[in-house]
Amino acid sequence: MKVQVLGTGCAKCKTLMANARKAVEELANGATVEKVEDILEIRKLGVMTTPALAVDGKVRSSGKVLSPEAIKELLQK
Amino acid sequence: MTATTGAPAADSSETGRTARVFGGLSLALALWTGLYLSVEPLSRFVAFRALGLAPGSRLGAATAFFLYEAPKVLLLLALVVFGVGIVRSFFTPERTRAILAGKRESAGNVLAALLGVVTPFCSCSAVPLFLGFVEVGIPLGVTLSFLISAPMVNEVALVLLFGLFGWKVAALYLVTGLAVAIAAGWVLGRLRLERWVEGWVYESMKQDASFEPERLGLAGRVERGVEAVREIVGKVWPYVLAGIAVGAGIHGYVPEGLMAGIMGKQAWWSVPLAVLVGIPMYSNAAGIIPVVQALLGKGAALGTVLAFMMSVIALSLPEMVILRKVLRPQLIATFVGIVAIGILAVGWLFNAVL
Repeated sequence: MKVQVLGTGCAKCKTLMANARKAVEELANGATVEKVEDILEIRKLGVMTTPALAVDGKVRSSGKVLSPEAIKELLQK
Repeated sequence: MTATTGAPAADSSETGRTARVFGGLSLALALWTGLYLSVEPLSRFVAFRALGLAPGSRLGAATAFFLYEAPKVLLLLALVVFGVGIVRSFFTPERTRAILAGKRESAGNVLAALLGVVTPFCSCSAVPLFLGFVEVGIPLGVTLSFLISAPMVNEVALVLLFGLFGWKVAALYLVTGLAVAIAAGWVLGRLRLERWVEGWVYESMKQDASFEPERLGLAGRVERGVEAVREIVGKVWPYVLAGIAVGAGIHGYVPEGLMAGIMGKQAWWSVPLAVLVGIPMYSNAAGIIPVVQALLGKGAALGTVLAFMMSVIALSLPEMVILRKVLRPQLIATFVGIVAIGILAVGWLFNAVL
């Protein structure tokens, strides 16, 4: 499983990144977490508001800082 | 509002959940009304009885002013931010884009400025939003109307102006802010500046995927409202308190008319100066309120102060740096120039009329 945090480096994006790391760590399911900062990449995924979260190339949340709990729930669905 | 934030049990039915949300909302609203109504008597009680200050004294007047205004404005802010949070859950950027796609200029400019007020927007998302708008064929001028109105005309600015200076000032700000966004976007559209948009923006137009926002039920929308209160009120309350403290100080101590000479109506050049000083400055609406409060209280003209506030909020260096990724410097300069002229006109108009 590949978790991507999409954002161009604002404070909210950093918080979401930290929350995603925490969620994956707690789930311990071997998922990778990466940050996507390139605007062309972000646009390719169809996102208009950052920060956004994509799982395996599919955007699941946009314009919102999800809590670690919310991310865990999202990853287990 | 804490009644609505509790995590809903996973096994409860949707109707039960809705009923509980309504119950929680009614309770919160009743509590809010009770608090709001008791602010005035409580502030007088604390200032004149508990603290024993004399009602006629400067310290008494300033303290009573602060104890009354601070909770009143914060309560109003919480209520409005909650309401706007719910309204915004209906207006995702994706939906706004769908509404604007296919609209012609003029009507598109008006609609874009209005949608800018209700669509959730953070200037850090300006670039992906700009790309998203342009790629469905929304004209450049219409997109810019949105980008002017979204940060400048917002609920925090309006509530603070309403709470501190009355509904007339808030209404003036709303109407003229929208007018600047509409007119500046329209003019920029007429100028045909597409050649100053970075080439790659139009080259790789086709996006590979589109994001469908989740469907929210009533409970989800209320949750958004509560989140908005936590995030926005949590962030701006120190500025609000600072603004009211400044107001209280002026109320009790500083002689009026101190600023009248340099920022009063007679000094026509004070408006362009205020706009120029405001452009590189960056602050959100709440942060600028203490300054506005201080300037107005000391006799600066309303038009000058509104122009300063608009220029600080609408035009900022950080946002220009962000937009530089998609716009050439010539376009950014033209954009700043035209918006500044619009704000200038607003300032002069008010100083002449009021």
